[in-house]
Amino acid sequence: MRVTLTVNGRERSADHVWEGESLLYVLRERLGLPGSKNACGQGECGSCTVRLDGDLVCSCLVAAGQAEGCEVRTVEGLADADGRLAPIQAAFVETGAVRCGFCTPGLLLAAEELLARVERPADADIREALAGNLCRCTGYESVLDAVRLAAARATAPAADPERRP
Amino acid sequence: MGVVPPPDGLTRCGDTAPGAAGGAGESTRRPDGVLKVTGDFAYASDLRHEDMLWGRTLRSPHAHAEIRSLDTAEALALPGVHAVLTHADLPAATHYGLEFTDQPVLADDRVRHQGEPVALVAADHPETARRAAALVRVVYEPLPVVHDEATATAPDAPVLHPDRDDHHAAHVPHPNVVYRQPVLAGDPTHAVAAVVVRGDYTVGTRDQAFLGPESGLAVPAGDGGVDLHVATQRLHADQRQLAPVLGLEPERVRLTLGGVGGAFGAREDLSTQAHACLLALHTGRPVKMVYDRHESFLGHVHRHPATLSYEHGATLDGRLVYVKGRIVLDSGAYASSSPAVVGNAASLGVGPYRVPHVAMEALALYTNNPPCGAMRGLGAVQACFAYEAQMDRLAVALNMDPVELRRRNALTQGDTMPTGQRVDAPAPVAELLRLVRDRPLPPPRPWETGDGVDPRALPGGLANSSVGEGIVRGVGYGVGIENVGFAEGFDDHSTAGVRLAGDRMRRGEPGPWRGNEAAWNAPGLRLVGGEVVTPRGEVLASLAEVLGEEAVERELEFRHRPAEPFDRATGQGFGHVQYSFCAHRAVVDVDIELGLVRVVELAAAQDVGRAINPRAARGQIHGGSAQGLGLAVLEEILVGPDGLVRDPSFTDYLIPTILDVPPMPLDILELAEAHAPYGRCGAGEAPTLSATPAIVAAIRQATRLPLTRVPVRPEHLTGT
Repeated sequence: MRVTLTVNGRERSADHVWEGESLLYVLRERLGLPGSKNACGQGECGSCTVRLDGDLVCSCLVAAGQAEGCEVRTVEGLADADGRLAPIQAAFVETGAVRCGFCTPGLLLAAEELLARVERPADADIREALAGNLCRCTGYESVLDAVRLAAARATAPAADPERRP
Repeated sequence: MGVVPPPDGLTRCGDTAPGAAGGAGESTRRPDGVLKVTGDFAYASDLRHEDMLWGRTLRSPHAHAEIRSLDTAEALALPGVHAVLTHADLPAATHYGLEFTDQPVLADDRVRHQGEPVALVAADHPETARRAAALVRVVYEPLPVVHDEATATAPDAPVLHPDRDDHHAAHVPHPNVVYRQPVLAGDPTHAVAAVVVRGDYTVGTRDQAFLGPESGLAVPAGDGGVDLHVATQRLHADQRQLAPVLGLEPERVRLTLGGVGGAFGAREDLSTQAHACLLALHTGRPVKMVYDRHESFLGHVHRHPATLSYEHGATLDGRLVYVKGRIVLDSGAYASSSPAVVGNAASLGVGPYRVPHVAMEALALYTNNPPCGAMRGLGAVQACFAYEAQMDRLAVALNMDPVELRRRNALTQGDTMPTGQRVDAPAPVAELLRLVRDRPLPPPRPWETGDGVDPRALPGGLANSSVGEGIVRGVGYGVGIENVGFAEGFDDHSTAGVRLAGDRMRRGEPGPWRGNEAAWNAPGLRLVGGEVVTPRGEVLASLAEVLGEEAVERELEFRHRPAEPFDRATGQGFGHVQYSFCAHRAVVDVDIELGLVRVVELAAAQDVGRAINPRAARGQIHGGSAQGLGLAVLEEILVGPDGLVRDPSFTDYLIPTILDVPPMPLDILELAEAHAPYGRCGAGEAPTLSATPAIVAAIRQATRLPLTRVPVRPEHLTGT
């Protein structure tokens, strides 16, 4: 079958999609967007997290056909058109929240969604929002640092519009 | 203007070491960090090749069985299938292994564990490959399963490797014993003590659970060789094992490191390597193999489960007189790195303590359980859980504070290990314990907020299992000793290696700059003492000036001082290059009615020798501590007496989430190690040791239960 969807603002379509393929498979193997990762294939680890019409989903659990006509946002769409990192991406690099990095794309999408929803998240809010994303390297301390840092920058009174999300 | 500095509390410990601009001691960003946040970093599972096929492994559903027949005709007939290979198709060597050559590339007439590879398929779509693998007809005749020490060493036990020819085979007490290592010091037979405590302990099987699945892309080359892009820890060890299996000279087996999504020891052994190459060479097409999580659980080695028996004797004022211990590790069906694991367990088995009389014995068994090999802190993790539980038991018997007991026996520089090896570098065991003990304790009842109860701070969390009734707090301590080496895969060495090279070049230190020397020699110039000189000895410029901001891509060559094997009978020998120490204090809240544990805080103190990159050092300690937490209360590969794994998925095998891991304050000491460049000392393994016993000690304090096995599960706390 053919699947047409909008990925990171661009309309894309994939042909010869087998009905059993997931959105993750189509993104990675058919649309050349391998940034979303496949670590468990059953929605437990969050490595494949993307936004589907704004909602956070595990793209390994979404059948490709279900994404027909939808808007999808992946890690490849976080930086701006000039390649400048989004604030949450910069914060992850700066705090050492990126180690092996396999969980990073999913964590970035989940953290971005949290910061859009909650301006000044408490640690308990951050933990709750990221509870669906497994990381095996960091022990999460630097991930918390990154989200706190991005939140602090987004709400700082200083006039720096390009740092705002 | 513009950049908001990190708020207070985000940067602890030496983020900017004074006087360290641009070099060792300054926190730096990972060279691959930006690629990883944009999704551009190429992990091995992201690699593709035009015209590539997908490989798939058919694995044994039985833990122990004879293969009566194998029929691939139906699988081969499926449209889209390009190859189906079995043992009969192997072109050259049929076995491989890290230390013993005991592991079949594909099973011949017998499978020895669930998940043993039996056949390979290459097809044009992963789903086609999966279906084809299911069409391979294998007739098995199940055999009795060897699953523990009793069944492995019984007089009529099936011998799992009857034709052993490894160098330990002649020295083991039973052919199902992979390797045995005693360590004897003093006169343990005649040593007597005023206070004696004994205990039996169990450590469950656990998984490294890296997130990036095993992946390889094999591309057949014009010279008849193969190019393999693979996520691995040891390219050279892989090549050494692969070339004989492929029947190729090593130079025609070219390996390139694909992006690695975590390892923790599980990528020391071969996984996709031989299979992807065999399929590629057979079909003449590039072949990609990627394991799904289920296959990953069955397709790589785990941490050895262990049963440990200890007897500690001490004086009335709490000085250890003797330690007698026996550690039985289950290697599963193949040896992997078991001899090294046994060596660690035996040689580090009394912990970071001065003990005059020691009788330790560690051994690994061949069974039909899942194969076990390397995982962070190998061998030392299992021992640390038991000897630290013993120290707490001894403290109770002596009516002594557990930290004080440890302090009185703490190893220090100049002391001698039971192996006879003198500790010739800083060993601040007592100081590390003092640091974690002296930290302020987190406030009690953290779920009570001004507005009522925040269930997220309760054991049980948003399950709303309680509002705070039946919850008891506990505090526990643990400290461990681990040997360390020098290798990427454990300790962020890729970053550290580049940092060190760049730092020395900038400071104009003398070489060897082997790679750069070659480059500079081209126009007749040479590098001498970090300076570029003409053949007549005229100094043109310092290397630092020439390189400027250019990326440094070469690493220094450093050979650590030699170590020697332990004596087979006494365990004596200079066996370890370096030691590493970490202490933890754990604070837990336990819902004693429901058996739920919440770790409230996990404080660590560690000596890292020299933090080349403090941010990475902190990250290693945090990550290692979190894995120790996983072993304490969550993670176990459940294997039945049938040798079958019950929980090969992230749905059932639980690794800690951000809700399970508490704040982890750190104290980092940098007591330079004289025998290593820059005084460095591996940081990643030691914290994995001591976190587990500290947490279990805290749960014991809260529950007054003996808790002799890890992980501690709710039913162990409620007795249900």
